[in-house]
Amino acid sequence: MNWIDIGKLDDIPLRGARVVKTPLGCVAVFRPTETEVFATSDRCPHKGGPLSEGIVHDRKVTCPLHNWVFCLETGAAQGADEGQIETFATQIIDGRILLDSRTLQTEAAA
Amino acid sequence: MTQKLIIIGAGMASGRALEHLFEQAPDAFDVTLFNAEPRGTYNRIMLSPVLSGDKTFEEILTHTAEWYEDNNVTCRFGEKVVAIDRNAKTITADNGDVLAYDKLIIATGSTPFIIPLPGHDLDGVIAYRDLEDTNAMIALGERPDARAVVIGGGLLGLEAAAGLKARGVDVTVVHIMGHLMERQLDEAAGYLLRKALVDKGITVKCSANSKEIPGENGRVKALLLDDGTELPCDLLVMAVGIRPSIALAAEAGLATGRGIHVDDHMVTSDDSILSLGECVEHEGNIFGLVAPLYDQAKVIAKTLLDQEATFVNKDVSTMLKVTGCDLFSAGDFADGEGREDIVYRDPARGIYKRLVIQENRIIGVVMYGDTADGNWFFGLLKSGEDISNMRDTLIFGPAFQGGAPSDPMAAVAALPADAEICGCNGICKGQIVDAIQGGATTLDDVRAQTKASGSCGTCTGLVEQVLSVTLGDDFVLPASKSVCGCTEFTHEDVRRLIKSRELKSQPAVWQELGWNTPNGCHVCRPAINYYLLADWPLEYADDPQSRFVNERKHANIQKDGTYSVVPRMWGGMTNPTELRAIADAAEKFNVPTIHVTGGQRIDLLGVKGEDLPEIWSDLNKAGMVSGHAYSKGLRTVKTCVGSDHCRFGTQDSTGLGIQLEKILWGSWAPHKLKLGVSGCPRNCAEATCKDIGVVCVDSGYQIGIGGAAGMDVKETELLCQVATEAEVIEVITAVTQAYREGGKYLDRIYKWLAKVGMDWVQENVVDDLENRKALAARFELSQSIYRKDPWAEHARERADTYQPIANLTLEAAE
Ligand code: SRM
Ligand SMILES: Cc1cc2nc3c(=O)[nH]c(=O)nc-3n(C[C@H](O)[C@H](O)[C@H](O)COP(=O)(O)OP(=O)(O)OC[C@H]3O[C@@H](n4cnc5c(N)ncnc54)[C@H](O)[C@@H]3O)c2cc1C
Ligand code: SF4
Ligand code: FES
Repeated sequence: MNWIDIGKLDDIPLRGARVVKTPLGCVAVFRPTETEVFATSDRCPHKGGPLSEGIVHDRKVTCPLHNWVFCLETGAAQGADEGQIETFATQIIDGRILLDSRTLQTEAAA
Repeated sequence: MTQKLIIIGAGMASGRALEHLFEQAPDAFDVTLFNAEPRGTYNRIMLSPVLSGDKTFEEILTHTAEWYEDNNVTCRFGEKVVAIDRNAKTITADNGDVLAYDKLIIATGSTPFIIPLPGHDLDGVIAYRDLEDTNAMIALGERPDARAVVIGGGLLGLEAAAGLKARGVDVTVVHIMGHLMERQLDEAAGYLLRKALVDKGITVKCSANSKEIPGENGRVKALLLDDGTELPCDLLVMAVGIRPSIALAAEAGLATGRGIHVDDHMVTSDDSILSLGECVEHEGNIFGLVAPLYDQAKVIAKTLLDQEATFVNKDVSTMLKVTGCDLFSAGDFADGEGREDIVYRDPARGIYKRLVIQENRIIGVVMYGDTADGNWFFGLLKSGEDISNMRDTLIFGPAFQGGAPSDPMAAVAALPADAEICGCNGICKGQIVDAIQGGATTLDDVRAQTKASGSCGTCTGLVEQVLSVTLGDDFVLPASKSVCGCTEFTHEDVRRLIKSRELKSQPAVWQELGWNTPNGCHVCRPAINYYLLADWPLEYADDPQSRFVNERKHANIQKDGTYSVVPRMWGGMTNPTELRAIADAAEKFNVPTIHVTGGQRIDLLGVKGEDLPEIWSDLNKAGMVSGHAYSKGLRTVKTCVGSDHCRFGTQDSTGLGIQLEKILWGSWAPHKLKLGVSGCPRNCAEATCKDIGVVCVDSGYQIGIGGAAGMDVKETELLCQVATEAEVIEVITAVTQAYREGGKYLDRIYKWLAKVGMDWVQENVVDDLENRKALAARFELSQSIYRKDPWAEHARERADTYQPIANLTLEAAE
């Protein structure tokens, strides 16, 4: 693991998201509850919608363009839609968010 | 020869360790026990019942003077150990005494964290840790009109607040997070807890950040929040967390991290020194509850006696010791993948239960209201038992007897006879039931006999439910559509219940109306958010996270992820300054497309999300504000040139349109709201196909509503004709408010009109002058909050949220 500090937990609103720019594209970092974050690719596999702009509910996000819903933990599209987004490991320490840049490189590149 | 054992700290952990030690080997050690507090071990947990007056301190003392004497413990209470010399194997007490040890136990517990706010060292700023703190709170209760503020809405803070309240103190809890006890509870349980505390008379402020502690003559006099609120108080209790007390160990060169490092046998990095309690760190974990400390106590006693024992960190559960607040929380709902929730809510009894399941095992439990099954779930959690074969009924607990999930019918059945059903005609449930028992079997019968649901019609569903509850199988309920999969209730049900039950937050709606998801979905969230802000404009704060991206970012998202920016041009009028500012902005931000919209204004398409705050701020400087081209709310007021220029114009249609737009802008509505004002019946502003349209005539103004020209094309229906501009404005704000209060989310005015009927609107908005004024006044009240430019506010206060939280491309480049 290679943890990179990307910012304060409080920089992300509850049930909101922020984006991390990486050399391999944007990563969306979601905060579905007060105390957890999930990082996924920001691109919807349908038509490229920015998932970080979707409505976050439970541990899911709804794409803002055509309402596909993705599970933030597994990255799988829900319901009838088929698709998968990448997920990246995160952890929260003392109110800071750490993103595993190693999974970021390998998975995003894969 | 007996060995010399010195123990630093007579807390709950070392107290229990001594009991185990003496049970097995009463004479193995010659024990000296230091404690900074001037007393031996007591049950610290029970300070809360002492504070609330349910217990006395004597009742919670666990080790008496006789006990120490019987076991030959040399007590040095009220004395601190100030240094450890590991080479000499001695410790130094604060009076200078140096004592030798063969074995040393560090059990210093933890220290409350004090936020270093300006003023934190004033008198009257205390933590909640020991008897002294407790006594300070009790003493406050003896003063008349005493006020206290507690910072921290966790376990300790809430127990302090409840205890102070029980002593007659006026208490406010200030919590930085959005809901109470966020580490142990989710929002729904946090909401119920808050409600119970508020019912006790405790004031609770969440999402509140403390800024400063103003004092007077060296004593605290208030707490100042960063939003400027000042909370006057005579005592300020900080209960914001604890830090393991490791200073002594660290100075002696022992390995420490967040706590004193210990192995599975509770031995530190020095073989002769052991440690246990809240001061230790074991495999990266630190501790804040006693259950694992008691396990450590068993292990440490065996280690001292050279017996084999290992400490294993187990899951812990939390309860709150506040009467009337039954909550239970255990396990993990903070990390992990592939988890599912089972949620059960019984709104009528204020019960909430949630199980977090992963790979067919319970990994987390949150319960509020009825915690009887908590330990059974906790048992399953600890044993890791596979629950797949009882999954369907699991949530009902071990004594499952076919519990019924909550449904709207039960809520109606439970209503008392004098509950009002039809607000327009003042008809109670009892009158409807009487009519049914007198022979009415259909909705029309009930309407004819009682007038219930004969007016605005929003209570129709409720009357049908009364029919169904009263007649049983003889009445077939017409199928009505629920808001979404999260609830059984329809939009109409939800709107009615939000008002009648005074639900003022989203967690309140989810809990009281029995949502079956933790926090809704993309379908219900925007609707509920709208209903709440429309019904409680002052109490409820709009939630951007429950809005579609366009409304959250105040710009329309495009298919390539860029945005369009449409500044307001009041009544379709503009001037050279505005046009120049638009041109400059278009150039500066490389806007690829500029389009003149169908709404008489200019759309800048293709602006990058990151540039939004800046382009807005440029447009603001030229006096332009958001055109809300994205909102379910007022869009445009289209006008023609009217009597100012046109040879047929009868009135100042442009001026009236501008006035209307300036009054209505910023308001949210069930759907978009477009107006048009034409200067004569030639109708160049297309006013007769707008949601609300005004056609000027010689004798005054014809106001029509319910037009549309989108997927459906509809002509407006005449609402009324009035003589003055002032009346136009009053009628239009009143009808807008009636639509805002009654409309179903995503119904435009014409759909709402089809439900309530033109007669009802005319009666309420046109004929009943008093009601018209009341509606207009409620609109104005709401506008005191919402008639503001969101662009200015975002550019000023939230510009950074439009940027990435981090940019790793830069780091890679370095
Ligand atoms: C920009 C504009 C087209 C233009 O360039 O002229 C426009 C653009 C969009 N319209 Fe429109 N409508 C525009 C005037 C209209 C008009 C004409 C008017 O207002 O005079 C109509 C018909 C009149 C009416 O509303 O009854 C119109 C009927 C619709 C509808 C159908 C509404 C309906 O109830 O049937 C939608 C879909 C919806 O709202 O659900 C829609 C939705 C949209 C959306 C928001 C589609 C979307 O969800 O992304 C388009 C956003 C484009 C963007 O990013 O800016 N637009 N749209 C016009 C902006 C007017 C303004 O200044 O605010
Ligand atoms: C109000 C309150 C309510 C609580 N409720 C619960 C509950 O419901 N459930 C639960 O599981 N837990 C609860 N806890 C937590 C629980 O009390 C602690 O986990 C437990 O007391 C920790 O035991 P300990 O022996 O590690 O530390 P402590 O009990 O704090 O003992 C450490 C002792 O060491 C002394 N000391 C420190 N440094 C020195 C030194 N240099 N020289 C000499 N002495 C020193 C201190 O004065 C202190 O007396 C509560 C705590 C409080 C304050
Ligand atoms: S008519 Fe259709 S394509 Fe054109 S702007 Fe309106 S919604 Fe978009
Ligand atoms: S781009 Fe995400 S649903 Fe279409």
